Amino acid sequence: MTITFRRETFRDDYNFSNSAVGIRRFPFPFDRDHYMYAVNIEPHVKGHPGTIYESLIDVDEHYVAEMQDRALVLAEDPLRSQSLPHMELAGWDLLELLMEQLAAGYPAHFELRRSGKRWRWVNRPLGIDDTFVFGAASTLPYGPMEYITRQAQGDFCILDQRDGNLWMDAGMVTTQADWSLDFDLGMNFMEWHAPVPRAHEMGVFDRALKFMLNLGQGQPMRRFNWTMTVNPRLDTSPETYPKWGPDRRSVTADNVGDKVHLRVELQSFWRLPRSNAIVFPIRCYLIKLEELVTVPKWARRMHRVLRDLPPDLVDYKGLTRWRPIAVDYLAAFDDGAATSPGIWPD
Amino acid sequence: MPETSIKSRPVYGTLAPQPGTRHILLADGDGAAAIVDLARAAPPEFFERAHIITAPAAGAMAVRAPLRALAPAVLDETDRLAAALSRLAEVLAGAGMGTRLYVAGTEGTIGQAMQVALDAGVELGAIATEHRGSRARRVQCAHCKTFIDEVTTQPVACSGCGLMLFVRDHYSRRLAAFQGVCVDAEEPGSAPTPEEVFT
Repeated sequence: MTITFRRETFRDDYNFSNSAVGIRRFPFPFDRDHYMYAVNIEPHVKGHPGTIYESLIDVDEHYVAEMQDRALVLAEDPLRSQSLPHMELAGWDLLELLMEQLAAGYPAHFELRRSGKRWRWVNRPLGIDDTFVFGAASTLPYGPMEYITRQAQGDFCILDQRDGNLWMDAGMVTTQADWSLDFDLGMNFMEWHAPVPRAHEMGVFDRALKFMLNLGQGQPMRRFNWTMTVNPRLDTSPETYPKWGPDRRSVTADNVGDKVHLRVELQSFWRLPRSNAIVFPIRCYLIKLEELVTVPKWARRMHRVLRDLPPDLVDYKGLTRWRPIAVDYLAAFDDGAATSPGIWPD
Repeated sequence: MPETSIKSRPVYGTLAPQPGTRHILLADGDGAAAIVDLARAAPPEFFERAHIITAPAAGAMAVRAPLRALAPAVLDETDRLAAALSRLAEVLAGAGMGTRLYVAGTEGTIGQAMQVALDAGVELGAIATEHRGSRARRVQCAHCKTFIDEVTTQPVACSGCGLMLFVRDHYSRRLAAFQGVCVDAEEPGSAPTPEEVFT
């Protein structure tokens, strides 16, 4: 499969958009007309062509622009990529996983040739052709985790498993929904989820942790998470909140369809073979409301979900200021008709 | 106004003698009384294996005299937390198996002593803590990463970048700090007047 990569930005003039094909393959996260937390984990297995599950590590039309945006974030703030000293082996595990998945899924764009420990990696969209020794960090321009995650869409957290818990001891985080890797680095599973309302009391994190501790190698799992973002900004970090916070006041009835984006995270979980760590890719997909409403089922359902969202979740997700405007906008696309089960367009 | 307590918020206990071959105790001026209280329950040989490091305000004899009376094997008296922490790092570097660490004082003292101990490879479970004194917090600005000591107000002005920060309950042991996030980012200039809440 050959992808045509869009030239677009996720900052300043914000000229990001989805093609018609991109809209159809968007991972709409709601399988019913209302939303509440659930562990909602399922096996991460390949799905139909034309969906984001065509390949287990998805590359789409935004790949090159997202990697350029990541490089800009890292140039301003190198602490977005960190790896505690005991995590280097897990970094090599991740490098292998991503190179194998990218080369297998997109042979027109990526190529991996191995001769013992001497590997050659070709990334055509980014113009990279490097030869290195697997396991020898000095033969790469960055540590193994940073090297490969500068070439893969989505954030990546690497979780060390010890003492019956998971510890966020490494990561590359530049497309986050308002959380800081630098602050959360070294925390355990319960600690880094501490600010999330409701879910602790519901036992969601106890169940999720237990599940993840037993994750098997070669059996990746996945779930969705979501929020909404004003402007197609990938880097909504606590660090840069003063830059993007004022945007939340910029939404009007005239611009809401273009300004407000549904932000969906495809989270997957993979056991790594050498380190026994877990890598947790958090892949962010953005869609403008005016793009989303071109799929009638999604328009109806998005309206109902957003209208009926509990107030504490509205606040936690940062939707408070402009939600009424977005609900009004979506209401015009909701005729009250029943929606079909599942996430896919009719 | 503060967030209700969350799972990254540290929880402190009460110092009590633990079985161990060596006991390292660190206290600031507020925490010294917790060591004195611990002594009441300690077996006679406890302080023969004890190394006390103190960081009270300079010249605070009222704090020092009761600790001297415990006759620990070693008593390191400093008058600054930074000095006490570097002494702690040295002592931990030479500490063997069976060493127990006890820390008492303000949240800032406990957090920074734990940071030193964890960096030295001490297991979390081998550190006992007791909060004494003010509830002043050590805060890291999420934006310019400056650490602000002895924060008593909500919100607080960052001493690095000047932004008004909401002090969250979200806490990092690695950084020994609570997270401070700009309180009026969405509407600059709308920050509420700081109130004394961490006292």
